[in-house]
Amino acid sequence: MIETITAILLVAGSGFACIAGIGLVRMPDVYIRMHAATKAGTIGAGLILAAVALHIADTWVVLRVVAAVAFLFITAPVAAHMIARAAYRSGVPLWQGTVINEWREDELRRDAVSPPPPHSHGQTVRPQERSSQ
Amino acid sequence: MTDLAVTVSYWLLLIGMACCFWRMVRGPSLADRIVAIDMLTVLMVAFAGVYVIATGEAAFLDAAIVLALTGFIGTVALARYKERLLRQEPATDGPRDRTRAP
Repeated sequence: MIETITAILLVAGSGFACIAGIGLVRMPDVYIRMHAATKAGTIGAGLILAAVALHIADTWVVLRVVAAVAFLFITAPVAAHMIARAAYRSGVPLWQGTVINEWREDELRRDAVSPPPPHSHGQTVRPQERSSQ
Repeated sequence: MTDLAVTVSYWLLLIGMACCFWRMVRGPSLADRIVAIDMLTVLMVAFAGVYVIATGEAAFLDAAIVLALTGFIGTVALARYKERLLRQEPATDGPRDRTRAP
């Protein structure tokens, strides 16, 4: 019984990892690729580590598995957020079919309320974008 | 049963890693490569987990934890590096025609 559940968890986790890899190749845009890599990859590793905890039902092993999974689940969103922010700030283009860009809307709204003094945004707004508004 | 599952898992994880490598080589921007490296580390953690089940050697769990830690720090460092690169030369970095929200 335990063996069956372990096998199912293993195959499901690695299936998620494989799907994440395929998504990393097939998706059109850094931000959407990050969606595949972060979520599916993390849940794949989590399921496999859960299979480890079931297979070796030892207290110390289960504790380490819980630590590893908690660490993965805490750090994956932080890392994805940092990569996305760096990518957007350095001007990696969005996919053509993107329908919503809240950062851009926010910038437009802020500029409409009060035109910022020069260099207040630092590098996030490029000059030709500013002049075209 | 477990042997078969371990073999299947190895192959599926290898396919995922190969996709990561492809994206790391092809990736048009540095951000793509950082994403690929990040996911490669997560897949290595998963691989260590499968190896623990295959051999019963629980010491590889420590390796998995250390890999997760190092991968996170490496990803953060690379992202910071990319932002700092931008700060130093804002005129040359990034394409000009960014797609806009309608």
